[in-house]
Amino acid sequence: MRPDEWRGPLALACTLCAAVLSAGCGSRERPVDAASRQGVLLLGNLSEPKDLDPHVITGVSEFNIVSALLEGLVAEGPQDLAPEPGAAESWSVSDDGTVYTFTLRQNGLWSNGDPVTSADFMFSFRRMLSPELGSPYAYMLFGAKNAEAYHKGSITNFADVGFEAPDSRTVRITLNAPIPYFLSLLAHHSWFPVHQPTIRAHGAETTIGTAWTKPGSFVGNGPFVLKTWEPGNRIEVEVNDSYWDRARVKLNAIKFYPIGDHKIEERAFLAGQLHVTGTVPLDRISYYSSTRPELLRLNPYLGVYYYLFNVTKPPLNDVRARRALSMSVNRGQIVRYVTKGGEDPAFCFTPPGAGKYSSSARLDEDAAGARALLASAGYPGGTNFPRIALLYNNSDAHARIAQSLRQMWTTQLGIDVELVNMEWKVYLDQTQSLKYDIARAGWIGDYADPNTFLDMWVTGGGNNRTGWSNRQYDILVSQAAAEPNTEERTRRFQQAEAILLEESPVMPIYFYRSKSLVHQSVRGWYSTILDRHPYKHVYLTPGG
Amino acid sequence: MKRFLLGRIAQTVPVLWATVTIAFVLIRLAPGGPFTDERNYTAESIQRLNAHYGLDDPVPVQYVRYLGRLLHGDLGPSFKYANRTVNEIIADTFPVSLQLGALALLFALAMGIPAGIVAALKPHSAWDNAVMTLALLGISMPSFVLGPLLVMFFSLRLGWLPASGWESWPDRVLPALTLGAVYAAYIARMSRAGMLEILPMDFVRTARAKGLGAAAVIVRHVLKPGMIPVVSFLGPATAGLVTGSFVVETLFHVPGMGSMFVVGAFNRDYSLVLGMVVFYSAVISIFNLGVDVALGAMDPRMRSHRRI
Repeated sequence: MRPDEWRGPLALACTLCAAVLSAGCGSRERPVDAASRQGVLLLGNLSEPKDLDPHVITGVSEFNIVSALLEGLVAEGPQDLAPEPGAAESWSVSDDGTVYTFTLRQNGLWSNGDPVTSADFMFSFRRMLSPELGSPYAYMLFGAKNAEAYHKGSITNFADVGFEAPDSRTVRITLNAPIPYFLSLLAHHSWFPVHQPTIRAHGAETTIGTAWTKPGSFVGNGPFVLKTWEPGNRIEVEVNDSYWDRARVKLNAIKFYPIGDHKIEERAFLAGQLHVTGTVPLDRISYYSSTRPELLRLNPYLGVYYYLFNVTKPPLNDVRARRALSMSVNRGQIVRYVTKGGEDPAFCFTPPGAGKYSSSARLDEDAAGARALLASAGYPGGTNFPRIALLYNNSDAHARIAQSLRQMWTTQLGIDVELVNMEWKVYLDQTQSLKYDIARAGWIGDYADPNTFLDMWVTGGGNNRTGWSNRQYDILVSQAAAEPNTEERTRRFQQAEAILLEESPVMPIYFYRSKSLVHQSVRGWYSTILDRHPYKHVYLTPGG
Repeated sequence: MKRFLLGRIAQTVPVLWATVTIAFVLIRLAPGGPFTDERNYTAESIQRLNAHYGLDDPVPVQYVRYLGRLLHGDLGPSFKYANRTVNEIIADTFPVSLQLGALALLFALAMGIPAGIVAALKPHSAWDNAVMTLALLGISMPSFVLGPLLVMFFSLRLGWLPASGWESWPDRVLPALTLGAVYAAYIARMSRAGMLEILPMDFVRTARAKGLGAAAVIVRHVLKPGMIPVVSFLGPATAGLVTGSFVVETLFHVPGMGSMFVVGAFNRDYSLVLGMVVFYSAVISIFNLGVDVALGAMDPRMRSHRRI
């Protein structure tokens, strides 16, 4: 074929390319720049919310949106999430720490103009606790007197529960025992108020999934109102002009994009379509930390990555075998070479930042000690150790950690585990029904207190998927919950955690970091331990 | 014609029924349920939820109730997206997939047919080789490779087009290109093959012999019969473009039905998955029916062989 024969096809190809590209046309202003100018924050929000009803939702993605639309009695400060006045302008606490009296602000309004009253809060607490609604987070209110009994149906008169409204601007909450983190708890969505007439207008108050949470129907008391909800595409909220602290809100709107794939979210950020991403792909962290450190945020996050041991069957029913496995893991190596997200190796279960608490006990890493323990359990040098399986749900990150564990155990202990990965729901089903030997898990605290990490391991706890039970541990955790003295309470939790580590039904690996890419025009976006960013303090500087 | 149509429609009913039944059983066989969550729901909560969605009845009862509702066009509530029904979700997402599919098809036809014709007119020339090489590339390159490559070049390097999203018209370009590329390649190869089959035929020679110009011969005599393979491919292709775009929808964060369907399966959203299976089956049946009708209109031979 003669070279000049190719001229025609080449010319055509060039013309076509030019034609296709003209559709996109020239140098556009990037969406983030336009949005920064207009005061619109573009957020990557990882997954499509299942609902926006604060009494039904369970996920972080949903909280991120609902916290823009509704406000509890107490709000959170931007830097440390310290309690600050929200729907309540002030409050007082009884001397014994069990009675909180909140005064609602005079100018507190719903987005339709109705005043926010104590009756709204009573309605919301009753709805949250009602057995008919079946809210998965009802237990968040169990600190209030008789709340648990009401939820379980053993009392039916709501007047007996520790919530009172002496007048339209006063909310009084009586607790079973003092809860040191009670004010912080109130910023959780389970304590948010909902607008009674709106909910009633769309069906029975305890029916889940009515249309009251759709744009046009949703009535909230937060700094923003729901404007658009295009499922799978985006949710847009715009500033609420009837919000009591309107003057402080600097953003005009927020758009939430439910982009589940981390790489696609990163590409959207790089193409200038997002101000903040929900996460960062693991294999890109080293790139950003070396070349674009100004964009990368890796912040301590109140969560722990760990492994579950099924203590109901051999060989892991023997505490020596569990401890040997845990002691022979080099956690420093895992965070340095595998996860690489700046995580801290976990030598206890409760992460730092859970209030003022820190564990007094600590796991040791000692390969020789581990071998000795394994030998005393009857498996010297790993001989006769049954072949067990290590279960994780499909994900590159989990797979890499599982592989390193397997390798460490082979080299240090001479035992071989089989790696089994499963789809998410299958994995959940297997761990819930204790059909596994070792399984990965993670836990993010609901509030900054050790209780959210330690009460899950009590006997029969819904999230205790190990079969482990220890009477002394149960007693210590329940004593801590009822303990008015802070130091004594901490001591009980420390004793409980020491038992947990000693018995090792779980093997902590590392403490989480929240990971995100943040555009330089975003201001007021601080590192917080729960990765929450109260939006009324966030603002944008065009060209920043 | 009417009897033919009615007969074909009647055939689709048992197909749809079988599809629904198989899907109904399969999704319930998958381990884990819609309310299996990382945070354990209490037994009471699960009971309430099951009662709310009628999942506490025996499976045969659920099945009969589902079929009953289906006859009235009611696909039920979604288990995951609490405030939406499956009908609403399909109404929201199908137009998006339809638009993406239509744009991709338009692109595939606009690129594929002219390329195929050019290649067929000068077989084994540089034009032909260039077109066929490109087509081979288009067929072999999966969309999850092509998509990110296009994004890297046009969005990240040149900054001309958005990397993802579905808000403005420029958002549509890259997903449609990615989705349409493989179909453009097939169509190019098929129109080339179709044309090459017709060009040596006697009636073409006759047309030339009676003095018609080259262009007129192609347009009036060769194009119609030459495009029959393309048209018969269009039915499955359109169905595939409209219903099978979940990879592209995920790659570009397009809020279409494909991505919802896949997420629905992961969530064990029984009613959502079932509803979408029913809807997909109906759409595919309709497209296939449409193709049969179109082929009959284009090719007299098919009319005579048609089943009655």
